[in-house]
Formats: sequence, C-alpha cells, structure tokens
Amino acid sequence: MSQPDDFGFTEEAALLKSSAQKFFSEHFTADKLHALVAADPSPDRAPTVQWDQALWQQMVDLGWSLLAVPEEQGGVGMPLVGVAGLVEELGKAGFPCPLLATLSASYVLAACGDAGHSALEDIAAGETATLALTNASGSWSPADTGVTASDGRLDGTAYFVQDAGKVSRLLVCARSQQGLDLYWVAANAPGLEVHQDAIVDLTRDQAHVVFKGVEAQWVGGAAESVMDAAFPAIWTLHAADMVGAGEWQLQTTVEYANQRQQFDHPLGFFQAVKHPLVNVMIAIDQAKSLVYNAACAVDCEPGKAAQAAHMAQASASDMAAFASSRSVQCHGGIGFTWECFVHLFFKRQKHSEMLWGDAAWHRARLAEILIDAAA
Amino acid sequence: MADEQSKDTPEQAAFRQKAKAWIADNQPAEPPVRLPLTPLEIMTEEQLAYLQAWQKAAYDAGLVGCDYPVEVGGGGMTDCQRVANEEMMRARTPYMPNVIGLGMAAPTVFYHGQEELKQRLLPRLFSGEDIWCQGFSEPGAGSDLASVQTFAERKGDKWVINGHKVWTSLAHFAEWMIILLRTDRSVKHDGLSYFVVPIRSALGKGVTVRPLIKITGETGFNEVIFEDLEVDDTFRLDELGKGWQVAMTTLLHERGAGELVTPRSGGMSNKSSHNTSAAALIKLARATARNGATAADDPLLRDRIMQQVIREAGMAGNQRRSRVTALQDNPMRLPLQNKLLMSEIAQDTAGLAMDIEGAASSLYLADPNAPDGGQWPMAYMNSFGFTIAAGTSEVQRNILGERVLGMAKSK
Repeated sequence: MSQPDDFGFTEEAALLKSSAQKFFSEHFTADKLHALVAADPSPDRAPTVQWDQALWQQMVDLGWSLLAVPEEQGGVGMPLVGVAGLVEELGKAGFPCPLLATLSASYVLAACGDAGHSALEDIAAGETATLALTNASGSWSPADTGVTASDGRLDGTAYFVQDAGKVSRLLVCARSQQGLDLYWVAANAPGLEVHQDAIVDLTRDQAHVVFKGVEAQWVGGAAESVMDAAFPAIWTLHAADMVGAGEWQLQTTVEYANQRQQFDHPLGFFQAVKHPLVNVMIAIDQAKSLVYNAACAVDCEPGKAAQAAHMAQASASDMAAFASSRSVQCHGGIGFTWECFVHLFFKRQKHSEMLWGDAAWHRARLAEILIDAAA
Repeated sequence: MADEQSKDTPEQAAFRQKAKAWIADNQPAEPPVRLPLTPLEIMTEEQLAYLQAWQKAAYDAGLVGCDYPVEVGGGGMTDCQRVANEEMMRARTPYMPNVIGLGMAAPTVFYHGQEELKQRLLPRLFSGEDIWCQGFSEPGAGSDLASVQTFAERKGDKWVINGHKVWTSLAHFAEWMIILLRTDRSVKHDGLSYFVVPIRSALGKGVTVRPLIKITGETGFNEVIFEDLEVDDTFRLDELGKGWQVAMTTLLHERGAGELVTPRSGGMSNKSSHNTSAAALIKLARATARNGATAADDPLLRDRIMQQVIREAGMAGNQRRSRVTALQDNPMRLPLQNKLLMSEIAQDTAGLAMDIEGAASSLYLADPNAPDGGQWPMAYMNSFGFTIAAGTSEVQRNILGERVLGMAKSK
C-alpha cells in the first residue's frame, strides 16, 4: 500500500485536532494545571493521583478514549494519523488523564486478534486501561516481564505502570508455561495492589503493581510479536505527546523572551537567547514531521512502521530534553521557581523522554533495521 | 511513495503525461566530463556546454518556466512547474546550469521589471542561453547586506556604476547580473536600488571578472569589479530606493519560500555524480575496517549515523508536512527552515563521513587510495559555502527568530 503525500491527514483528522485545541484552551490552561497538580511543592510529599475526572468524563463522552478501538468492537477505528493530532494537543495541555494509556492498550488489544475483542468492547463501553509489562530494572522488552501466569492467575510485580491510579483495567504481559501472554484484569481485582511511586512529574501518576494470585482474562499469546505489531503506534503517540508539550514550552518561553527586558532590550533581541529558541523550534518541527510520517506508515505501510516510529521517538525524546532545558534556562531566575509554570512541562518531558525507550535505544534499534537487517 | 499524481488538476495531469513521455525519450547521454556537485561549481566550458544543451532541450519541451506567462517566454500554465520538477527529479535528469537565473533572477525580474525588459530577458534565461549571476555581497557587505556600497550615479537617462562585488558564482559565464546598488548614501535601506546589468558584453568595458579560488582548490566563483559601467535606466527594477524590497523577492525565492516555484532537475544516477546522503554513510561505514570489524559495527558511529538518517528523514518530512495546511500554524515556519537544514545536515553528514574514514580522510581527490574518490573531505570543505552563502546560518536563525517567533530584531 502506498503512502498518501498528505499523510492521510483528512478533514476529519483536522477537525478532531482543532476541536481538541479548542477544548483544552477553553477548559484547561496551564494555570488550571498548576492549581490542580502543584498545590504541594514538598519534595517529601506522599504520592497522590491528581486529576480532573469531570473533565476527563467530557473527553470520554466526546469519544476520544475509544478512537483506537476498531469499529467492529464498537469504537471509531480512526487512522493513527488522526489520533496523533489529538495526542499532540493533549501533550500541549499536559492534561493528566489515562487517554494515552488507553489508546496504547487499544493498539495492543487490536493486535491480539479475536481474543482481544471483548477487552476492546470494554474500552468502547468507557473503560480505561494501561499497560503493565515493565520489570524492576525498567526494561521495555516484554520478554523481561516480572509477572508470571499460571492457570489464569497472575503473580509478581509490574513496574513503571503509567496512570495506574486512573484506569479501570490493566493489560498485563506475563510469562506462562506456554510462553509470553497478555491478560486483561480489573484494577480493583482481589489480590491486585497498586503502589503509587513518588515521582517527579506532577502531570502523571505511576505505580508498581503487585499481583498475588490475581484472576485475569487471557487475551492473547505470543505477546512479543503482538507487542512488536503494536509498539510503532505506541511510540508514535508517545512522540506526539512530547511534540505537543515541546510546542507549549517553545511558545511560553518565546512569549517570556519577548516581554522580559534586560540591558534595554527584550531577551529575544539577544542571539544567545534567540538562536537556542530557534533550535528548539527546528527540533520540534523535525520530531513533528517524523510523528506524522510514522503515523502514516502505521496506517498505510506497516513494513516501514517500526523504522519510522523509532525515528519519531528518538527525535522527540532528544527534542523534549532540549526544549525542557532551554525553557527553564531562558526564563532565568523565575524559571527556577515553583510558581513559574515551566516546571510542569519540564518534569512531564523528563518523564516522557525515558518512557518506552530513550533516544539512544531507539537509534540502536533503527540501526539494526537499516544497517544490520539491510546488509 | 508519495502519490503526487492523485492530486493533479486536469491541466496538471495532462501536462504530467506529456512531461513523462518527453523525458523518457530525451534523457540526455552520460556527460563527457566529470560534473561538479552543484551548478555553482561549474568550472569549464565543456561542463557548461553539456548542461546548457540539457536546459535548452528541457525548455523547448516546456519543462522550464511553465507557470510564467507566454508573453515572457513561459508556458502560461497554473502550478505545473512543480509537476515538471517532480518528473525531472524522478527521472534523475541532470541539473540545470542557470540556477541563479531560474531561482532568483527570473522571479525578481518578473515581479519588478518593466514589461519590455521581461520579454527581452526571460526567454533566454529560461532556455539557459543566457547564464545569470547575482551581485549582492561585497567585501564590506556580507551578512549585513543593506550596507552595500557599489554606487550608481545618475547621468541623464543613464547610470554609471562603480564598485566591487564578491562571491559571485557563475560570473565567469554570465551574460547578466542582478545587482543591488546604492543610489543614495544618506540613508541605508532606502538608499538602495535594484538593476540588471550586462556582464559578458561589458567585459573590458567597465566590467572585470576575476576568479576566486575556494577552500577546496576549485574555482567557480568570482569577484566582479565595476569601473564606470554605463547602463540604461530601463535596466532598473522597480522604483528608485526600493532596492531592498526587490532584494527580498530574490531572497524569498532563493530560500525556496517564494510564490513562483523554481524549475528543478537533478540527481543523475551516473558515475560522475556524488551521493552525499546519510544512506551513503552506511555504505561507507560497512566498507571501512575498524577495530577488527567494520565502522558499521562501532556503536558510537552507528548512533551518529542514525542521527543523520533521522535529521534527513525529518527534513523530507517537513517538506511533506509543509503541503498540509492543517499541520502548521505559521505557513512560513517550515519553508524558512529549508536552507538552514539542508546546508547544516549536509555539512554534518560530510563531517561524519570523515570520522568514519579515520586516517583515510586525509586522502584527497588525486590520491588513488582515497575512499569514495576523496569526495568526503571535498564535500565537507565545500559545505561551508552553503552554511555561509545566501545568508549565513546565523542570519537564517535571526530570520526564523524574528519572522516566525516574533522576537525582536537583533543587531
């Protein structure tokens, strides 16, 4: 299948993106985010799950949580390129919610075949979900899972589970005697304990989840190949989130550089400030173009999806680090304070950078495709 | 790959058919001589003759100047140059020698010249019979372009020009030059006026062209000295004192962000062409022994090669995205990055190639043991031409910061 020159970014996709932009600018600006998540600055604060559930419910009512569920299972089955546009806006707002987690789980379930259908129908009915497949050392390879399955019961611990305190379901990768399997389990199932991690990022929650003989629904085997099929979409959306957050960092910092005066000029007059911010813009644009490249590859040319998604996430992770450091540095003294909003996105980006593989990891995988496999 | 054809208007579709068929039947033969990396380094009459013949043929076939009106020698079509370019790029036809004429002089003359002047100059520009050059930079006016001092003094209905232009690519072959001149020393930007002036026909009669030797050892660009060159007032583009505004038309098109699409062709597949893409780095690394294996097994080099692959893919993605209105907030944001990205990525790719080569990167063109014929050290040195010319990378960043991000103008 060939790729359309416009990434397949249809009017419908453009409408979704612009309505998401409108939704967040009306309901959830950075000051609201700060009021919601940054009330307690103490570095010793106990981990909490802070989010606006009423606003999230509006997003569910708009159908955003079931965009990635195929139509056959009651979802929208929107092409990834359109979903990426929404997630870019979500990243720009930094809105704490289980959208990215639920979309990610949907792609994994959709790759499970028939066994994944009932779980997808749950998502179509408004359930939310997150992936639990990472071990204590933070390996992104599903084969390294620390959870085992026996007779439909799960034991062990999954780490670095994103938005675990907001979801109603978990999609767990577990090793069984047959191999590597995927299980669908309610977040409040008996024997399942969600232990919130104390994390830097205020816009997410993260937990390690302990399973003690938890009864779970088998939704698919051969989890490695299932995850291989789903990862490109997950990486792409994750990169789209970083692109959106990067754009917030750029615009906010540029606005400050235009307004703050020193040495009788606005900061942006000085090339020592202007040029790094231009470099941030260039990094964002590269990552953004690669996100839509990757989304289009997932939609139209699956054979190229993995390499395109590695490019998108490697690019977005490096950009996230760079945009974050410049956003604080160019805000000067105020940027170093809790009251200035830049720390919210700084922390979100530092968290995102490492999720699902950092930039060097993605480049190493890309090299395996382009140098070794092509040799 | 990108499916441009599905979006064609009926006019474009018919034109594409015609263009495709003509190119298939008229792909030029292998060049008789080694061609330089870009038209700006054309050194010999033999190289020029081969490329001029190609441009003339392409023009006669209607592939050059497609969107300009028929009266000025164009094709009178709507948005068909893009189609012609796609087909020529696809077929990897040779590049066109009159690159400054097509990319900068033609749109500038078209938007700012008198009708009679356009009809006289543009047809031979499109056909490549008249090569054009650009007289902007001076010894004292590089990045600060508005400080040019070459002066035109009014003498009846004539102008008398005195001064010194530098870094003038193709001046040694040029019939004409677009030139930014000072007509008033009392004001800076408003004291500039824009002209076209004859070069070849005025050699020894007020014009001297002297080659400058580049860092690579090649010639290809020049300094041009004007001593009492007399030109007619009809050679002036737009009003007196409007030179800066006219120059912006030139620069906008030079940076690929102008209204009129520049005819583009290129990417020959024959042995004389160079491949300086990131993909070539992979090939080079595989062929280079390092630490008992190849450079392609070295984790640091692998990472750096992938960084270049990603930057290149990102640039191509930008070009693709710049055609999707819904995926950009500011229409100038991506086009104004083009030149900066292209030149810096090429520079870093060539620099990385030298790191991959290691000790062998010391070997230059004439050394039989030089990997890839010594093209990488050459490409690396040459790359600075692109990060300096047409507005240095530093000036490009000023432009992006000011025009796209709205930051205060830097001094």
